[in-house]
Amino acid sequence: MNLDDDLYREIILDNYKSTRNRRALESPVFKQEGVNPSCGDDIELYLKSDGDEITDASFEGVGCSICIASANMLCNAIKGMHVDEAEALVDRVKGMLTRDETPEFPEGAEDLEAIQGVAKYPVRIKCALLSWNTLHRLLEEVRGGTPAGDT
Amino acid sequence: MSTTSARTSYDLERIRGDFPLLSSTMRGNPLVYLDNGATALKPDPVIDAEVAYLRDISANIHRGVYELSERATVLFDQARDKVKRFIGAPSDGEAVFTKSATEATNMVAFGWGRKALGPGDEILTTELEHHANLIPWQELARQTGAQLRFVELGEGGVVTAEAVAAALTARTRIVAITGMSNVTGFMPPVTEISRLAHDRGAVVLVDGAQLVSHHPVNVAELDVDFLAFSGHKMCGPTGVGVLYGRRALLDAMDPLLYGGDMIVRVYRDHADYRGAPERFETGTPNISGVIALGAAVDYLEEIGMEAIARHEEQLLEYALGRLDGVEGITLYGPRGVRRGGIVSFNLGQVHTHDVGSVLDNEGIAVRTGFHCAQPFMRHLGIHGTVRASFYLYNTRDDVDRLVEALGRVREVFG
Repeated sequence: MNLDDDLYREIILDNYKSTRNRRALESPVFKQEGVNPSCGDDIELYLKSDGDEITDASFEGVGCSICIASANMLCNAIKGMHVDEAEALVDRVKGMLTRDETPEFPEGAEDLEAIQGVAKYPVRIKCALLSWNTLHRLLEEVRGGTPAGDT
Repeated sequence: MSTTSARTSYDLERIRGDFPLLSSTMRGNPLVYLDNGATALKPDPVIDAEVAYLRDISANIHRGVYELSERATVLFDQARDKVKRFIGAPSDGEAVFTKSATEATNMVAFGWGRKALGPGDEILTTELEHHANLIPWQELARQTGAQLRFVELGEGGVVTAEAVAAALTARTRIVAITGMSNVTGFMPPVTEISRLAHDRGAVVLVDGAQLVSHHPVNVAELDVDFLAFSGHKMCGPTGVGVLYGRRALLDAMDPLLYGGDMIVRVYRDHADYRGAPERFETGTPNISGVIALGAAVDYLEEIGMEAIARHEEQLLEYALGRLDGVEGITLYGPRGVRRGGIVSFNLGQVHTHDVGSVLDNEGIAVRTGFHCAQPFMRHLGIHGTVRASFYLYNTRDDVDRLVEALGRVREVFG
């Protein structure tokens, strides 16, 4: 296996270094913490919505490059999506990492293909999935209506 | 396969030849195994002993009158004698087989502590501890109303006898402390700590998971009341650990499990229990594991624990020297004090798992993260470290490969 081709592709490293989405969003905001107890990665995901449409997304926290890059891609991908589209995207990412699927990603979310190589490193899959599992929980709240979170 | 005479010099090549995994590859590179703090590789004599029991004996112990059961029982009992000799157990001490060091600390916390401690009593420990020697005491404090107190750590995470003396009170009932930090390799002065604790009437439990596998240990000299350690870190198999304890304390302890083999007489509504060790070994034990642990003791004794400790000390010194020269590295742990062969570090701001993945790709196994020692990570103000931990078979070449691979980390994350 080649590390640069599988785990640390340039797109991943670029997303890891990007700071654009690494911030808290002002209230009212939906927010949810995600923790990987086995490695200590800990992120806070923020969403703003207009009805069922996601208008903004960001995150803060500590994590490895795979965790942070994945969270950054997530924020880029879901801005402007309907919650149902975002939920479908969660399933596609999980399918790619845990069910050996090669999904088609919608326009603006193509970077996510770069995460596929992580599947070859089973212990790192949870790093890539942390933000997506967190999003899954947060979307239920968005569907519920009112943001409970306060920054 | 090995002779009975002690090896006269430290024959690293021959030692390496005993460990089949050392001639294997990982991700296409020759394996460099530097995660001995997590578990040790197993040498052929240990593997052979476990397989020989499973294949040629298989029978249960302490039950049948037939030959196979008798052979199993003899080997099992011999293993206990070997373990006791290995740690210098005095005649008033006993070794109980457990499934892990964690089970051993829990047995003391709940079998002894629940009876011995009450509201206002104190449990003294340190922030250096592995969670296995912290969480049971947190839970015991919660259940009994006792207070969990911490020795103040010095520079680099050292524990001094003075700091222990300052933290001991008339209410301290037990001092639970590591014999060797699994993060820095630091070895607290256990003998002095035992003396101070005993002067105050407190009992001493040492978490020996790291210490026992890497250094000669004599429980009589250390003067400890309990010593918990695991088999797999000392070249034995997983699933077997040891609780050494003074017989008087063990006999007063409640077991955590009840059932067959621990009893003298059983009636409809009650039973009379045996003393240690049988009192704590109900249910069919890990017979193959115990026998293989006995083989691990033989193996380590043949090489000599003094020689192993010296080898690791020299390797640590070499590693610290080489790692000091790595650009952007932060090394943790005290310098100029007695330390076991463990080195923890961070490389710039690169996350420990990213360092670990790059090293993995070069065939190098290290541990990354918080090492089951979150309070100590918090004390250091970090989220985790990369840890290289050495054992009897590691070489200077292993250290060189590590240093070289760290350069690769900088290339990727530069």
